Amino acid sequence: MHAFANPTRFLKLAAVIQPWAIGLCIFCFAIGLPMAVVFSPPDYQQGETVRIMYIHVPSAWMGLFAYGVMAAGSASYLIWRHPVANMIAKASAPIGAMFTALCLLTGMLWGEPMWGTPWVWDARLTSMLVLFFLYLGYMALGDAFDSPEQGDKAAAILALVGSVNLPIIKFSVDWWNSLHQPSIFSMAGVSVDSAMLPPLFLMVGAFQFYYVVVVLMRVRAQVLAAKVRAARLMRAA
Amino acid sequence: MKSFFILIGRDLRLSIRHRADTIMVAGFFAITVILFPFGIGPEPGVLERVGAGILWVTALLASLLSLDHLFSDDEQDGALDLLLTAPVAPTTVVAAKITAHWLTTGLPLTLLAPILGVALQMPSESTLPMITALLIGTPTLSLIGAVGAALTLGARRRGVLLPLVILPLYIPILIFGVGAIDTSGMGFDANGLFAVLGGFLLMAAALCPWAAAVALRIATE
Repeated sequence: MHAFANPTRFLKLAAVIQPWAIGLCIFCFAIGLPMAVVFSPPDYQQGETVRIMYIHVPSAWMGLFAYGVMAAGSASYLIWRHPVANMIAKASAPIGAMFTALCLLTGMLWGEPMWGTPWVWDARLTSMLVLFFLYLGYMALGDAFDSPEQGDKAAAILALVGSVNLPIIKFSVDWWNSLHQPSIFSMAGVSVDSAMLPPLFLMVGAFQFYYVVVVLMRVRAQVLAAKVRAARLMRAA
Repeated sequence: MKSFFILIGRDLRLSIRHRADTIMVAGFFAITVILFPFGIGPEPGVLERVGAGILWVTALLASLLSLDHLFSDDEQDGALDLLLTAPVAPTTVVAAKITAHWLTTGLPLTLLAPILGVALQMPSESTLPMITALLIGTPTLSLIGAVGAALTLGARRRGVLLPLVILPLYIPILIFGVGAIDTSGMGFDANGLFAVLGGFLLMAAALCPWAAAVALRIATE
């Protein structure tokens, strides 16, 4: 891991991964999206609205996953001063925030016909909303200092403090009586029809690879921006 | 341990000499609570129902107000640098400041709440649960708030940033604090909710001084 603390070496690795990630992302979308939207069976209770699940579940997962990456990256930045880990954490924040917002929005669109209300203040929905605000706080705090390094460190601590929210989101449907469905995947097995699983997995894969592609792009942009800044300072000096 | 109490004594003496700050927080709390009967309308049923929520939200905002100068006063006159270089663990310094903060904001708010509860026409059965819930909950607010205050030390647009960082983390305390008061006000057993509030307090007491101390070290680097 420490070998990739060197941004240039990391970019070399990223250049190898990037085309594969793009290809897999397009592949998963190209097969998963038609399956999810057209070919998968409608639900026996929910009818066609079940198709929202194929966006909703992957974006919820990605909202949590991106925060997990952000917290892990922040921790390695604080502990080992790993510069690339910090860049990955910073790159994850806007993507995670977008996925969390997408999850909340698709949930509202689905809740309107199914629950009869787009929003209820129960544990799952509230903790997901808190996650969204944590992302916003992380990004705002990182930008609020004159010295970028100080902002990075402060935001990294906030990311770690906020990570107490992750288990709360995950287990909120088990701990409290909630209008929200319990998890599809549990110790007892899978609670959806097997015909719905392939499109769901493909959509999760598509979102996951999309995340990898965008994170690598953003890290690359950050490295280049740092180089530009260093070059400008050199010239000014 | 001795230095812990010396530091608390110092902060308390400072806040007694700047009485206005403490009085302002209590005054803000009282006047904001009193605004609600005018905004919602004075019907007893409605006020009784939302009273616990109003008290908690207002207490939360009041404690947020006072967090602004938890560390920044000491930072501006240079005392913070001395405290952090003194032969005392930074967590001790932070824990002492948090305790002093609670004694000068959380405790007065808790004592003021029953009087304001009367103004909100809350049932007398919920007075004791209200005091208990605030007594357990407000220290957690000070603890989490200290992390936010330390993180935003020296940041631009601090006034807007602090609520954005802190308020999401306050939400669980708000939920369980209001729940505890409402549930026991309706005559049900609310021990579980109080236990969760206590759990939050213990978790925050274990983690927050440490996080705030790290944040302070970064801010004063």
